[in-house]
Amino acid sequence: MALLDIRNLSVTFDTASGPFRAVDGVDASVDGREILSIVGESGSGKSVSMLALMGLLPDTATVTADRMQFDGRDLLELSARQKRSVIGRDIAMIFQEPMSSLNPCFTVGFQIGEMLRKHTDLDRAARRRRSIELMEQVGIPSPEKRLSAYPHQLSGGMSQRVMIAMATSCRPKLLIADEPTTALDVTIQAQILDVLRDLCADTDMALVLITHDMGVVAQMADRVQVQYAGQKVEEQPVAALFDDPHHPYTAALLSALPERASGKGHLPSIKGVVPGQFDRPPGCLFEPRCAFAVEACRRGAVRQGPELGLALCNRPLVDGVPLDERAEA
Amino acid sequence: MLRFILHKIGLLIPTFIGVSIIAFAFIRLLPGDPITLLAGERGVSAERYAELQSAFGFDQPLVIQYIHYLGDILQGDFGTSFVTKRPVLDEFLTLFPATLELSICAILLATLIGIPAGVMAAVKRGSFFDQSIMGVALIGYSMPIFWWGLLLIILFSGVLQWTPVSGRISLLFYFPQVTGFMLIDSLLSGQPGAFRSAVSHLILPTIVLATIPLAVIARQTRSAMLEVLSEDYVRTARSKGLAPRRVIGLHALRNALIPVVTTIGLQVGVLLAGAILTETIFSWPGIGKWMVDSVFKRDYAVVQGGLLLIAGMIMLVNLAVDLIYGLINPRIRR
Repeated sequence: MALLDIRNLSVTFDTASGPFRAVDGVDASVDGREILSIVGESGSGKSVSMLALMGLLPDTATVTADRMQFDGRDLLELSARQKRSVIGRDIAMIFQEPMSSLNPCFTVGFQIGEMLRKHTDLDRAARRRRSIELMEQVGIPSPEKRLSAYPHQLSGGMSQRVMIAMATSCRPKLLIADEPTTALDVTIQAQILDVLRDLCADTDMALVLITHDMGVVAQMADRVQVQYAGQKVEEQPVAALFDDPHHPYTAALLSALPERASGKGHLPSIKGVVPGQFDRPPGCLFEPRCAFAVEACRRGAVRQGPELGLALCNRPLVDGVPLDERAEA
Repeated sequence: MLRFILHKIGLLIPTFIGVSIIAFAFIRLLPGDPITLLAGERGVSAERYAELQSAFGFDQPLVIQYIHYLGDILQGDFGTSFVTKRPVLDEFLTLFPATLELSICAILLATLIGIPAGVMAAVKRGSFFDQSIMGVALIGYSMPIFWWGLLLIILFSGVLQWTPVSGRISLLFYFPQVTGFMLIDSLLSGQPGAFRSAVSHLILPTIVLATIPLAVIARQTRSAMLEVLSEDYVRTARSKGLAPRRVIGLHALRNALIPVVTTIGLQVGVLLAGAILTETIFSWPGIGKWMVDSVFKRDYAVVQGGLLLIAGMIMLVNLAVDLIYGLINPRIRR
């Protein structure tokens, strides 16, 4: 059984100009020790769906789902108090901006220790030992000194390491990393990804890695889920996805990678932007930007089977050619 | 931290000199002089006037007078009142505890109600509770203090007869001043009912004096909290599975308090400077009333000495605020 199993998750925000559906019927599942990557542009609802799982959305958000099962329990049925004993201990999360994610008023040691105090029975001395051990694990030099450091004394990379140490302090079964390297330098990015991968291997932790960087996906993920405008449009194991993307959006994302672009000249790009609150197309949400769209796409899109990556598309691609064109040929 | 403290104290010296110049100059800018006012309607002969002028040193150039004055202050001599012939420092020390007692009670009341009210309003933003709290705060802030004081006196002292109208304690009680704080002295005296009497005298002036700081603190707390509640680290705190009470009361409030402490400090300064209106309404024998009387009598020594002492108090409060600020905000410790 999957560690995490989310069915038909939707999130709607109440805005001054009416309701806005940021996540629209998304399924997601993660097995134990698996690294699932959720990929998409800004506004594709990838962060929001995971924040909804954690219960971290503001009051203006309405979350609905058929099922939100984690480790055999349905999170939807837990009381707020029961859920708080799962959040942080079994599912932890790190964020995009490490510098502003740590509280400027408290020391690093306090902030890591607080997590241990909430979820474990360790006494003060044991919490201190465990904090030092955690900081060593994520590669923070002279951890004992750093315990009394304040966040403003740390660099972005160090802050993210502290966040990782804190998030993994109670040995969670699942870590959600929301664009953990986006705000960091390229060299630091690689180090942070190494830390995450090592932690997954050493502690049997599953990881949901939210990113818009296909390079990161290729390095890290076992399985990839592509989201567009709040919908899941494709899901495949990482090698298969890079080898043969079935949804035109995935294909376009991959062909925009510098290392894949053939020949000289400009990198290919996807024309247009992700639809917002007021310009949602009536049919397939990607139809206005899709190179393969036909009349039927304006009315809706069909969910394909697992052999075609569950692509939400009327004309799924196989080897870069729409399925119906191949059949004719 | 020691360097930080010394640095802050060092900054006080130029401020102190500036205040002494202003205090010295301003009272002399007013028309009329103490000798003429002391002489009253009888007047004074030109020879006697010149004699007194030189006796008080008023015939010398202002710069020389100022240097003498500064020299005296550095030796701890704040001068002697022309009217009462008592040293200014003695008068100040006699009256200041009354102002201090009232100010402390008022700021405590304002803080203990203002901060929780502001936090609740921010957490329940846009709710009926939020809007009522902020509406009441706006009324409190805008209300003329003397009128508000009189309304309270009419209701509680007049109609309900719950509290006395004025003074610090009932005339039935007499006991020696030990600390100058009526609440403490009345307890020390051991006289039954004395403490009760002191409290009942203190309640209305405290409420009146606390009204504006309470409104300011509540509004400032609310806006600081609103800003902090949308910060990433508050989301982090919630992602740890902490109870809302801890997320709001510790992680958010600690950051929101930074601007609020500054506000409280400024309000304390305002209160110590003599709650002139409140002291006048309730005949509270504090320094606010003392300064106003001295200005009318052109009592140079009292006005300039008193101003300097009040300014010194405010500077001490500001120093304390800076130090507290450094304690709660690690980023400004150097």
